[in-house]
This record gives sequence, C-alpha cells and structure tokens, in this order.
Amino acid sequence: MRNANLCSRFIALIAALTLLCATCPPPAHGENKLRIMTATTDLAALAQEIGGDKVEVESVARGYQDPHFVEAKPSFLLKLQHADLLIVVGLELEIGWLPPLITQSTNPKIQVGAPGYFDASRYARILEIPTGVVTRAEGDVHPLGNPHYWLDPENGLRIAKGIQNKISEMRPNDAAYFAQRYDNFEQRIKQADEKWLAEMKPYAGRKIVTYHRSWPNFAEHFHLDVVGYVEPRPGIPPSPQHTVELIGLMKRDGVKVIAVEPYFDLKTPNAVARDTGGKVVVLMPSVGGEKEITDYFKLFDYDIAKLKQAFDETK
Amino acid sequence: MKRYSVLIALILFAFASYAQDKPAASQDPGKQEPRAEETRMKALEDQVRSLAEQVALLRGELSALRDAKSGEPRPADHLLLASSHLEPGTLPTATSAPALPATPEPALSPTPPQYAQTQTYGGATSNAKLLNPDISLIGDFIGTAGRNTVSPSRSLELHESEVGMQAIIDPYARADAFISFGETGVNVEEGYVTFTALPAGLLLKVGKMRAEFGKVNTIHNHALPFIDRPLATDNLVGGEDGIDDAGISLSRFLPAPKNWFVQGTAQVFRGDSSNVFTANRRQDASVVGHLRIYRDLGESTNIDLGASYSRGHNNAGIGTTFDPERFLTNLYAADATLRWKPLRRAIYHSFLFRNEFFWSARDQLSPANVFETQHAFGLYSDAEYRANRRWTIGGRFDRSGRATNASLTDTGFSGILTYWPSEFSQIRGQYRYGHLWDITNARFTNANEFLFQFLFVMGAHGAHPF
Repeated sequence: MRNANLCSRFIALIAALTLLCATCPPPAHGENKLRIMTATTDLAALAQEIGGDKVEVESVARGYQDPHFVEAKPSFLLKLQHADLLIVVGLELEIGWLPPLITQSTNPKIQVGAPGYFDASRYARILEIPTGVVTRAEGDVHPLGNPHYWLDPENGLRIAKGIQNKISEMRPNDAAYFAQRYDNFEQRIKQADEKWLAEMKPYAGRKIVTYHRSWPNFAEHFHLDVVGYVEPRPGIPPSPQHTVELIGLMKRDGVKVIAVEPYFDLKTPNAVARDTGGKVVVLMPSVGGEKEITDYFKLFDYDIAKLKQAFDETK
Repeated sequence: MKRYSVLIALILFAFASYAQDKPAASQDPGKQEPRAEETRMKALEDQVRSLAEQVALLRGELSALRDAKSGEPRPADHLLLASSHLEPGTLPTATSAPALPATPEPALSPTPPQYAQTQTYGGATSNAKLLNPDISLIGDFIGTAGRNTVSPSRSLELHESEVGMQAIIDPYARADAFISFGETGVNVEEGYVTFTALPAGLLLKVGKMRAEFGKVNTIHNHALPFIDRPLATDNLVGGEDGIDDAGISLSRFLPAPKNWFVQGTAQVFRGDSSNVFTANRRQDASVVGHLRIYRDLGESTNIDLGASYSRGHNNAGIGTTFDPERFLTNLYAADATLRWKPLRRAIYHSFLFRNEFFWSARDQLSPANVFETQHAFGLYSDAEYRANRRWTIGGRFDRSGRATNASLTDTGFSGILTYWPSEFSQIRGQYRYGHLWDITNARFTNANEFLFQFLFVMGAHGAHPF
C-alpha cells in the first residue's frame, strides 16, 4: 500500500513538473531579435558588428578573464537556454567549461552540430597546429591549433563573413541588412588595418616575450617576433629555472618588451623586466579587457598604442 | 594543405630529377649536337610548365571537392602556409578570397564534421579515431599513516582508476560513462545518456548515475576537495559510492525572479544504493527530489543553495518476521555554498565555503525487536582557499550520528593542503582527527591519521557540472 502511495506520489510529482513546464513560456524578448550568445567578448563584438540592431549579443566570458578557465555558472544557463545561436572560439579553448553548459542548457538549438552552434575557428587562419605526437609533456597544448586566432584583423574579417552567412541563413529577411553591415565592416577594418600596419611598421621584426602563447596571430600580422614565454610550457606556472633561462635569452637577444595578459600575475614578468632592463606591458587579448575597449577596433587601437609606447620607452 | 604543398614540391623535384637523369641515360656522347640539346631542353621546359599547370588544376579541383564535401567554407588563401601570408594592408576581399563561403550551409542540417582541420595534423590514424569518444583515466593513489581502529584503511593503495568515456551519441543525446577500477573489482560508477533536445526545457538522463542528493553525493572522488568523504556521507548516505543507482532523472529550470536560477530535479531509481537503500522487490524503487537555487552576488561571488529528499526501502526487515516492505529510509539534505573567485585572478585565488546537513529517518528493529524509526543528523562544513596558482589550503569539520543508532555521534576535523603541478595532476595531504564510536569495544576512540594522495589525469576528461 505504501509502495502504491509512493509510486502515485512520484507520478504526481512528474505530472506537476511537466504541467509547470508546459505552462511557463520562455520570457519574451523584444522585437524578435536574434539572440546570440558567444563564448568570448571578441566574438560578441564581431557578431554585433554584423548583426547591428537585429541581434542581441552577450558573451559568457569577460574580456579580462582567462578564457581557458571560466566557471560554468548556472546563471549562464539561463542565458544559453534562450539563445538562437551560440558562437564558440573552438579548438578546445572552452573545453573546460562550455560542454557542460551546452548540455545543461536544455536548448536543442545550440547543441554541438545543431544549426545554432557556430564554431568560429572553422573560418579563421589557424597557427601552431601541432604535427606528430602531441603529449601533455608540452603543457596544456591545443591539438587543433592555437585558439587565440581572433587577434589578427584578417581573421576578424573572415569570422565576420562566417557570422554574416550564418545569421543571414537564420534570418533570410534581414540578409541584405547583414550584407550591408558586413561591407561596411570590411571597409572599416581594411582602413583601420592599414593604419595599424603603418603604425607598427617602424617596429617590424622586433623581438618580444609573452606570458602565454596568446599572440602568434597578432605577432605574425604585425611582424613581431615572439622569442620566448614566461610560462615554461602553456598552462604551467613559471619556474625559477625557466625564468633564469628566459632572462639569459632576453639579454642575449636584446629583448626588452614582455607582453602579459591581464589575468596573469605580474610578479615574475616584473622580476624578469628588472633583470633585463625591459618593460612589462599588459596587452588586452579581448574586447572589454579595459573599459575603453568597447569594440573590435578599439582592441587593436589599445594594444598597438601600448606596444608602441613600450617599444619607444625601451629603445 | 602543407601536405599538398609537400606533394607538389615532391612531384616537381622528381620531375626535375627525371629531367636531369633522362638525357644522361639516353646520351650518346659521340652524337651530341648543341641544337638538338636546346630543342630537348625547350621541350622539357614546356613539359615542366604543362605539368605545373596540371598540378595547379588538380590542386584547385581537390580543394573544390573538399569544400563541397565539408559543406563549410575554408580559408583557401591562407591554408596554413606561411608563404600564403598576405602582405601588410592587403586584407582579402569577399571576391578575392574564396575563404568566404560560396554556398550557405543547408538549413536545419547538423554542421558537418571538421574534415578540413583534422586532416591537417594527425594523418589517417587520427581520422580513424574521429568518432571515438573522449577517453580519460584518472588515477587516485592514496596512502594512510597513523592510528584508526574504527575504519582503518590500507597503508598504500591505488584507490581507484576511473576510466571516463564521453561522446555525443546523435543530434539528440550525449552519453557519459565512468568506470571505476578499484584494487578488488570494477564498478560502473556512472553510465548514462542525456537527452539534450527535449521540448519544454526538460533534461532527461537515463542510466546509472550519482543521485542529485545534496552536493557531495554528486561529486566524483577525484573532484572532491578532500581525500576522504565526510563522516556524514559514511554514516548516513552510503559512504563512498553514496546514492548511485540505475534510474531515470528529469530536470528543468523553474520560473524564478530575475537573476535567480532555480532548478528542479526528480529521479526514480531501482532502489539499490550501497547500504542506504535495498530493493527487495521490483516495486521497491527509490526516489530523489532536488531543488537548487543559485544567484550571482557579483561577478566574483555567488551563492548556491539546495534542498534534497530521498526515499527508499532499506535492508532492516530482511531475515526478520516483519514484512520487509515496511522498512523505509527517508533522507533529507540541505546544502549552502558560497564561492568567491575574482575573474582577473581566477587561476590564483578563490574561496569556497560549503555546509551540508543531512537527516536520516530509518525504519528498523530495536534491540528489543520492536519496530522503530531512528532519526539521525549529520553535517559537514568545508572551507578551501586557493592561495596561489599551485597551492590550496582547506579544512573540514564533521559531525554525524549513525543511521542505525542516532545516539552515537562521531566527530572529526581535517586540515587539507593541495599542490597542483599542473591542471592534470594533483598532490594532496590531509590530517584527519576523528572521535569515533568503536563498535567492537563499545566506546569512543580517537583516530589521528595522515592521508596523502596523488591524482593524475590521462586523456580528455570532460568538465563536470558546476
């Protein structure tokens, strides 16, 4: 008898839950905008460039946050639940936090492989794709290539094109609007890139050291030479031995600039800079890293200004 | 693409060698005429040109075929070739860069797999593994020193080797399996399929799984912030395995005020979980209900609250004159977690404070063979602070009655220090004190132990839910 009660209670609970589900519609969003969630702020900035006022864009990670280590907070689930499109960096950058968010989002549209799942890396030029045997003796390597590819305006344009195609497919009525915004973005980024390249031209070939391998695309585009890293291996904290070696390398090669992402501790870079007479410059790898970096253009404006200043001060 | 470049280079090189070798082979030194040689050279040059054109044509056809196959655009002008890097200021345009898709992806079709990128690094053997699940193994080596007469553990043991296999099954589901190899046997710790494409925001899990009962019950050994499990888990909620059973789980986000996250979960299991629940008959299913309330208090701080209920049959009636159906265990739990992790320094500093409370109401027979319900209470309180990228310090307080005799209350506390050489290995030490009831000698006894643990991760182990 008690079992019968138990079963019927449980069935009643399930029925109540199902009823509750059926009776509560998702919160209404104004003007039927396409709701886009992105893994990082850079992808959000690019999606906003193309989507304009026809889209609502939000990023899970903040610009000053290490995109490898974002907490999969339930508050993100609420946002992912109603997204029409999820744009990810891919190349396993978000492997530590995005998969459980996607699974738990209860949103079929953004599941991996669904039409609302968009991997931006497939549109970009990827560097540092390991060949041969890949092991973690090399640290936290990304077997599919370096995921910090958005730090090259050419890749920005390619990703923007991919986004344009994707959202045009999702909203065919607005395709002309998106195409016009893409053309406009293309024109502006080309102009800006010419300006950035001109600004960086005097420093072409300059050797720098970075904390993490976040800058290969940036360095290649702006003709910088990254000769060393503060981390002995990707994802491995600095060790005294490696730091000594790095100091030796910097002294030998006359490297004066150490670029550090905003989420890394400055203690070791500062110590290295003191020993080598160099300068630590905190570069922003993402939009929103500082308040004034509000879009994709300002990201390069900021980083180039900071780099120029550091190069000039360490002549 | 690099491979194709190498291939082309090889063809050209072979041709050049051929072009050099052939005349030597057919050469007749006696009849060498400069004019004939010139003609031959010209013919060879033409041949080289024609072959180069053919190679270029084939290369174009190959990329077109690959693009068509993948259905996705590929940046053709920058295919991993350093030589293809564009000159400063010459960004590709929509017309000049075939990188940009000519045809949109077919609507409502799953995104095709990434042929383009995977082909570039591992060759055929990697491609053969594309559809394999993510496979990982986590080794958990534990050593214990000191004195504990109540629940002594081995001095050294490979406590557990957890093999994880995780994959997307089809467009509607994914599956996760965690098989735990102990020193004495194998146990499917979890193995379930999650249906991710259900209507009405429902999330369905089917298989064997750790029940959503409180917090610590859901956490795998390797993800715990301590080496052992709290006393309350051991005494009231089934010990290391906890409530871990075959069943069905249904959960959904529930309507809540803005910025509050509320999730309800209902689960039904066969009714066999460690020493907590025992199913004597097919109808003896156990149930679990869980309500989770979460809120961000800022971008760095959040609070996570939970209430859980579970009910199932126990083994107290087996072998007695009483009807085993009458013996039920009702479990209640409440948990509260406060987390702090500054976003700019997330890898260096964080703080977690967690409290979990358990109440057990277990039907059983008293020593005088009278039907009774034992009401036992247990709790643990855990705090951990990440002092820098490599070190975490923590402490835990335990207090718990025993499910079968609520008047016997064990108490304990632990100090825990963890060192992380990298994300994929962990070394931990724990000092544990316990004031525990010794059944054999019918008295309380003190236990002082030092535990140490080495954890190592092989392969790709998917992240666990927050």
